[in-house]
Amino acid sequence: MELTGIGKTYATGVEALRDVTHAFPAGKLSTLLGPSGCGKTTLLKIIGGLIPATAGEVRVKGKRVDGPGAERAFVFQDFALLPWATVLRNVAFGLELRGVPGEERLEIARKFIGEVGLAGFEASYPHQLSGGMRQRVGLARALAVDADIILMDEPFSSVDEQTRRKFQEDLLDLLRHRRKTVIFVTHSIEEAAYLSDQIVLLSARPGTVSQIIQPNVNRGSKSPDEIRRDKNYLDAVDDIWHVLKRYLG
Amino acid sequence: MANSRRAGGDRVFWLLLSFACAFALWEAAGRFRLSAAFPPFSDTVMAFLRMAADGSLAKAYLSTSQPLIIGFAICGVVGVGFGVWMGLSRTVEWLSVPVFVILQAAPMAAVVPLVTYIYGIGLTSKVLAVVVLAAPVIVMNSYKGIRNTNSSLIQMCRAFLGTRTQVVVKIILPHAAAMIFAGLRLGLAMGFIGVVIAELLITPTGIGDLITYHSSVADFPEMFAAVGSIILIAAVTIHALERLERRLFPPESRGS
Repeated sequence: MELTGIGKTYATGVEALRDVTHAFPAGKLSTLLGPSGCGKTTLLKIIGGLIPATAGEVRVKGKRVDGPGAERAFVFQDFALLPWATVLRNVAFGLELRGVPGEERLEIARKFIGEVGLAGFEASYPHQLSGGMRQRVGLARALAVDADIILMDEPFSSVDEQTRRKFQEDLLDLLRHRRKTVIFVTHSIEEAAYLSDQIVLLSARPGTVSQIIQPNVNRGSKSPDEIRRDKNYLDAVDDIWHVLKRYLG
Repeated sequence: MANSRRAGGDRVFWLLLSFACAFALWEAAGRFRLSAAFPPFSDTVMAFLRMAADGSLAKAYLSTSQPLIIGFAICGVVGVGFGVWMGLSRTVEWLSVPVFVILQAAPMAAVVPLVTYIYGIGLTSKVLAVVVLAAPVIVMNSYKGIRNTNSSLIQMCRAFLGTRTQVVVKIILPHAAAMIFAGLRLGLAMGFIGVVIAELLITPTGIGDLITYHSSVADFPEMFAAVGSIILIAAVTIHALERLERRLFPPESRGS
């Protein structure tokens, strides 16, 4: 997953991104972090093929891509669930669009609903769920299509702080054995340091890669609370803050 | 549950009381002889029962319902279809939105005499009168329903490899369904107006004939019964559609 010289200038003349070049390591979780308005979400949507770049190219496994693809799945900030469909149909929706036959896709959907901890809510509608549960549906939908790359656009920003912590832990759990390449947009420094193998810091608009930070937190053997007291985790939080401070005020 | 049932019972009670008060005032005003052309409520009800018994009401509605049903069916198919097309195609939108905005605001009843001038006094003119009144709101609601689709859902559908057809069939149309249905309900209300205008203005047939005939021979209870009957039928039909709408598209399952 590589970006070369990505630039985005809107029709209004606003330059959101300039010359973004970066290779995302396969099987790792990378975070895009930067001051607000730096084009993080724009960059993620360009990677997802949802909006076109005005310069540069996106390569997945060496092949140039121009639109959405089966190897990338998206998790949306506002969940983007069908309000008129049950949890089961929402999770199976990606497979439905791909023409996977009914029983087969529902079976896959049930499995992932269980994995994200929503077993028993298959027949519920999104409006009956809390924000955190809705985003679990969004995550299950992305996992169900079995893409190698998962793109997450501030997935926890509409979720309250306590739910978010639990969700972050569950997310690491879910990803641990799957070797997915995850690109995660967030504006939370702690979230980036807690989750990431690699943090890509973007500068203020027009956004470009400012610095790469690798937290080197050894998650394997540690409990979530130990990680939050880990020296490397705290150092990473500090490093990020020192870079971001420059773009504020 | 028990609470809401009691609240529902209360509502029915107040509704009936309000009707009873209105009818009592009507009865009093009629007995007081406000005007020679204003019969008491009881006489009107008796006239209604007589007309129901001798089959003249049934015959009238058989003829009135024809232009209404044909006109509404045309609007339902062509109007919704065109509104959806307007919502999906920029070119069609650009060409036709201004026209329909004007049509929706204009008193379309004024066009009915022109329709008669072109299409004569037959069924065609009456169907057209219904269409002319009902179509604008049906087309505009369908169009707005399509245009208001949550853009995030469309993006989601594309991200999961939905084709343009899938975006339309699985996202845009279900999302617009509630608004299209509401447009049909409002359109039917306009259709009732259209058919009554047509039957009063073009040639007296059906319910329009009953109203004009009985007023011309000064059978005012019969005339009021005819007027009351069309109001009753329209109100009950529209209300039933509104309830159906709430059952089919509960507010919480609509996308915003």
